[in-house]
Amino acid sequence: MPQLVLIGIAAGFFSALFGVGGGIVVVPLLLLSGRWQERPAMATSLAAIGIIALAGTISYGFHGELKPGAAMLVGLPAAGGAIIGTALQQRMAGRTLSLLFAILLAAIGIKLLI
Amino acid sequence: MADVLLAVGLGVAAGILAGLFGVGGGILFVPTLTLGLGLTQLHAEASSLLAIIPTVVAGTWRQQRYGNVRWRPAVVIGLAAVAGVEAGVILAEQLPEHALRRLFGALVIMVAVQVGWRAWRRPGI
Repeated sequence: MPQLVLIGIAAGFFSALFGVGGGIVVVPLLLLSGRWQERPAMATSLAAIGIIALAGTISYGFHGELKPGAAMLVGLPAAGGAIIGTALQQRMAGRTLSLLFAILLAAIGIKLLI
Repeated sequence: MADVLLAVGLGVAAGILAGLFGVGGGILFVPTLTLGLGLTQLHAEASSLLAIIPTVVAGTWRQQRYGNVRWRPAVVIGLAAVAGVEAGVILAEQLPEHALRRLFGALVIMVAVQVGWRAWRRPGI
C-alpha cells in the first residue's frame, strides 16, 4: 500500500514536470517491484491513468484550454485501437511484453535526452 | 481531409500502444494534435488528456473482462498521482527544467535496460 502511494506520487510528479504520461512510470515500477506480472501491471496502470486524465481534464477545462473536437478526433479512434491492443496483449507472453515495453521506454528516454 | 485521416490513423496507433502496454497514448496524441491538427502545445497537452479518457475507458473495460485489472491498487495509484501532479507543477516553476529533463531521460533509459534485462534472463518465449 505505501509502495503504491509512492508509485502514484512519482507518476504524477514526473508527468507534471516533464510532460510524460503516468504509464511509463507506473508500469516499470510495478514490474520492478517484483510482485506484478505484465498483464495485471499494464491493465491496472491503464485504470489509474483514467483517474489522472480525468483530474487533468477537469483542471484544464476550467482554464478553457480544451479542444474537444480535436481530442475526440484522435481519442475515439484510439478507443478502438485500445480494444485491439488489449486483445493483442492477451495473446503475447509476459516476457515479450516486457521486452517490447523496454524498447518503448528506451525510445522515450532517448527523446528526453536529446 | 488528409489531416483528418492522419489524425484517425495515429489515434488508432496510439490506442493500440495504450492497450498493449498500459500507457495512456499521450506519446502519440500530443504530436498528432500539434503537428497534424495545428493545436498549440498547451492546447494539445490539455486535449491529449481528454483524448486519453475514451482510450483508457475502452482499454480498462476490456482488461476487466480479461480479469487483469486490480481496482484497489489502481485507485490508490491514481489518487496519489493527482497529488504528485500538484507537487510537480509547483516544483516545475522553481527548478532548472532542462537539466532535470536530461537526468530523467537517463533514468528512464536505465529503467528500460533493467526491465529488458530481467525479461531477457527469464525462461520462456
